[in-house]
Amino acid sequence: MTADLTRLSAADLADRLAAGEVSSVEATQAHLDRIAAVDGAVHAFLHVSAHEALATAADVDARRAAGEDLHALAGVPIAVKDVVVTKGLPTTAGSKILEGWVPPYDATLVERIKAAGLPILGKTNMDEFAMGSSTEHSAYGNTHNPWDLDRIPGGSGGGSAAAVAAFEAPLAIGTDTGGSIRQPGAVTGTVGVKPTYGSVSRYGLIAMASSLDQAGPVTRTVLDSALLHELIGGHDPLDSTSIPEPLPPLVEAARQGATGDLTGVRVGVIRELQGEGYQPGVLARFHESLDLLRAAGAEIVEVSCPHFEYALGAYYLIMPSEASSNLAKFDGMRFGLRVVPEDNPTAERVMAATRGQGFGDEVKRRIILGTYALSAGYYDAYYGSAQKVRTLIQRDFDAAFAQADVLVSPTAPTTAFKLGEKLDDPLAMYLNDVATIPANLAGVPGLSLPNGLDDGLPVGFQVLAPAKADDRLYRVGAALETLLEKEWGGPLLAQAPELETR
Amino acid sequence: MSTLSRDEVARVAGLARIDLTPAEIDRLAGELDVIVESVARVSEIATPDVPATSHPLPLTNVFRPDVPVAPVDRDAVLAAAPASEDGKFLVPQILGEDA
Amino acid sequence: MTTLVDYDEAVTQFDPVIGIEVHVELGTRTKMFDGAPAGFGEEPNTSVTPVSLGLPGSLPVVNGTAVEYAIRIGLALNCQIAETCRFARKNYFYPDVPKNFQTSQYDEPIAFEGWVDVELEDGSTFRVEIERAHMEEDAGKNTHVGGATGRIHGAEYSLVDYNRAGIPLVEIVTKPITGAGERAPEVARAYVQTLRDLFRALGVSEARMERGNVRADVNVSLRPTPESALGTRTETKNVNSFRSIERAVRYEISRQAGVLNDGGAIVQETRHWHEDTGTTTSGRVKSDAEDYRYFPEPDLVPIAPDRAWVEEIRATLPELPAARRRRLQTEWGYADAEMRDVVNAGAVELIEATVAAGASPAAARKWWMGELARTAKQQEVELEALPITPAQIGALQRLVDDGRINDKLARQVLEGVLAGEGEPEAVVVARGLEVVSDDGPLLAAIDEALAAQPDIAEKIRSGNLGPVGAIIGAVMKATRGQADAGRVRELVLERVQA
Repeated sequence: MTADLTRLSAADLADRLAAGEVSSVEATQAHLDRIAAVDGAVHAFLHVSAHEALATAADVDARRAAGEDLHALAGVPIAVKDVVVTKGLPTTAGSKILEGWVPPYDATLVERIKAAGLPILGKTNMDEFAMGSSTEHSAYGNTHNPWDLDRIPGGSGGGSAAAVAAFEAPLAIGTDTGGSIRQPGAVTGTVGVKPTYGSVSRYGLIAMASSLDQAGPVTRTVLDSALLHELIGGHDPLDSTSIPEPLPPLVEAARQGATGDLTGVRVGVIRELQGEGYQPGVLARFHESLDLLRAAGAEIVEVSCPHFEYALGAYYLIMPSEASSNLAKFDGMRFGLRVVPEDNPTAERVMAATRGQGFGDEVKRRIILGTYALSAGYYDAYYGSAQKVRTLIQRDFDAAFAQADVLVSPTAPTTAFKLGEKLDDPLAMYLNDVATIPANLAGVPGLSLPNGLDDGLPVGFQVLAPAKADDRLYRVGAALETLLEKEWGGPLLAQAPELETR
Repeated sequence: MSTLSRDEVARVAGLARIDLTPAEIDRLAGELDVIVESVARVSEIATPDVPATSHPLPLTNVFRPDVPVAPVDRDAVLAAAPASEDGKFLVPQILGEDA
Repeated sequence: MTTLVDYDEAVTQFDPVIGIEVHVELGTRTKMFDGAPAGFGEEPNTSVTPVSLGLPGSLPVVNGTAVEYAIRIGLALNCQIAETCRFARKNYFYPDVPKNFQTSQYDEPIAFEGWVDVELEDGSTFRVEIERAHMEEDAGKNTHVGGATGRIHGAEYSLVDYNRAGIPLVEIVTKPITGAGERAPEVARAYVQTLRDLFRALGVSEARMERGNVRADVNVSLRPTPESALGTRTETKNVNSFRSIERAVRYEISRQAGVLNDGGAIVQETRHWHEDTGTTTSGRVKSDAEDYRYFPEPDLVPIAPDRAWVEEIRATLPELPAARRRRLQTEWGYADAEMRDVVNAGAVELIEATVAAGASPAAARKWWMGELARTAKQQEVELEALPITPAQIGALQRLVDDGRINDKLARQVLEGVLAGEGEPEAVVVARGLEVVSDDGPLLAAIDEALAAQPDIAEKIRSGNLGPVGAIIGAVMKATRGQADAGRVRELVLERVQA
């Protein structure tokens, strides 16, 4: 019975909770049991908050019994990426420099999760400060891909994706600065959405790159993502970049899409995001998915985004520049690690020693790169030019969206690679995000959903929509999901190898 | 575009207040040189007529009303600090009076 | 060690050019970027939120009232208000800067290209051109603990209080002020004083110098003649009283003239002002190594003040200090010289409030420009820094007007109030200073005095009123000055004629 509960989608579990067939305590305990059984091998979690999760579950059960009007997802457990601050729960962002830090406040999205009564199972592993595409840059050890434990779960949000893929949680929160929700989704066979920039509050996300960061849902189905997006999204006065208008109807769009009918929808295939560098199996699945969309009534057109080839360059200037400034506060003065060198050191030396020892290699690499890009004499050539490329990429999107309602591409050029395979080649690692980065630069929303296997490993399909039209992602994503699952005879994750339990 | 020398990496690390070992400086100089060369291609298309975009969405005038909120709990904040005394954050001696 | 050149000598040899940066803390209820209360004198680290502490995950949101205040200041300084402007990050590591960057306006200030007319002591005006006025946030405060001197060097550690971190500031930067000649120090002081009055009139700040609400950095450079190119300047930081501003500029002119006359060169540097010795000393040399890596603050969106809003603010600007001074002078009936003294002493608001508290303009002026001005001078503080309020002066004067105390007693009451003994009424009671109005004790004292000096008593009885003063004096002495001398005289005459 409890094993089954972990296999349910969040929407199905919510229905059963609402119907009184199962309690939130049972559902939460089932997931905690699953974590205990498989997380030794997967290592998706950095911290499991069993006590708090069960207390929330019991509270929701009591309120439900008392006939209170509850949120649709009340009682459905959730995992939260460790880059999101949680009052009373350790928050490290995968870094030694924040080891043991317990925030005195909640991120806005966590407040919303708590207000809706979702038990928080724990905090998930990630690349340090969300810098990476494999979760190998976590200061607390690798997360393993549930499809093949020797492979990466993607990154930076490998923990959230693996937790959902391994049935340790039905829902998880991710953050996506250059693909950290979508790329892990692609390589773990899960669904991940990067909302329109400003759609979900950034208040309480430990910032990497302020103009690119966006939190979003990590789930096993498109509908679950829509449900979670609606819960955490919407205007927040604590985030100056939060969109003031209400969200479009996302759940409704997902339900409409699930009918499998896309008549009249124009789907643009981005010419620049296929071909060279893309694994043949990834491209094969991509084209099969296009055939399914066409069969569902969509009109497939090819669009060109000529400046996308500069996106990676612009991204690796803007992101490290902003990060170098955002991460300046980690200095050992007010919170977190303090490293004190010998002989009565000055504050200046303590800061440098703390940052030298507290940050890992990738974080140092990006801070140095960003500091360099902003330093006197280089600003115009680097940061200034990158901001111009951003304009050109936005114009590419504008032109493409004049021809198509949504744009599509493979989410990542390859399937999950082996742990350690690209660790010594930063540039090769950065190329994992080549298809996801343009959306962050332009602020447009993107969704990744599993669209098949290549050599036994999941492949992801990316849908992009114009800013503030996140509903289109859900409609097209849900339609493709329905069509694919009809072919597969069930969800892709049903084909994943069983994890050894203990 | 200029290349990143060891000295340049050391200078930038000083600006970024990060102690690097000589081995780290050597490695970073090599890696960053490759990365900078690759990303510097942006200047090929960043012509003067193209405006810069710093925000993905064109919002302006986002203001907060001048209304006080509850301050954060000092004890919780100081408990999470490396060191404190008399309700203040204790930090090592500071050199240089101005900033 | 350079020899100082006598000031008068220095200004005949060189043409001084000054520049002034004034920081004013806005009197908003909350901070620039978060809702933490922007109070004064709170317990350490109690006026803070995750934002003002720079905790991970926190984000800034601009205080709309602070923007309005900045626009007000810009308009009052005859500036243009930017169609659009932004905040930038100024990156540098320092423990009192919680994020290790200051959020400030860099190349896009909210107000620019203005001017303000400054009244000098002789009644003439001098126009100061304003380069820009921009918004930024204040830093926290360090206290240095341990070490021999309590100063930074030798301190073993520091304690940081972030209550002040994030308080909204507007920084006003002048263009180089030329043409002031030997009056440069006076212009500098009068300019800051004008701004202080302006901030108060605009209601944007309490603008109390002694609390650090208004802080000035003064740049000074010398050139051989007014036609020469600008010389290298020094920046003297945190000169925080009107008097010190004048002294600091004067000192720098003398010092720089000495360096130049000795064949030396002025180093572009930050200097520190020492109130006790009246000198400046070298701080940090400004070098190219200073690299703040400014870039647009990505957590904030641009500010594009709506033109209608700007005009609305312009329309509600209050009467500005110069006009107000003219109006008040008429209302109070002060002579030009009297009004100028009041203005120069920084007593306009104090007298206005004292009059509002019920005192006549003449009485208010008498107190502030007399006894209190002397006390302030002795203590080397500004008038407003004295621990007495206009309301208390009003109450004191009422006691005089009601005949409960005389002028001499009033001075003792004033002394008591300044010594922290409480309100005037309380001081009168505690010190037992009330005028003796009951005739009983007076008559007893008169009888005693007459009995003690029978020959004088006889003279008075015989109609020679000359020696009455001696009796009155004896009575005043016996009553420790608490008798009304006029009443004593009446009673003495009644007594001898009875």
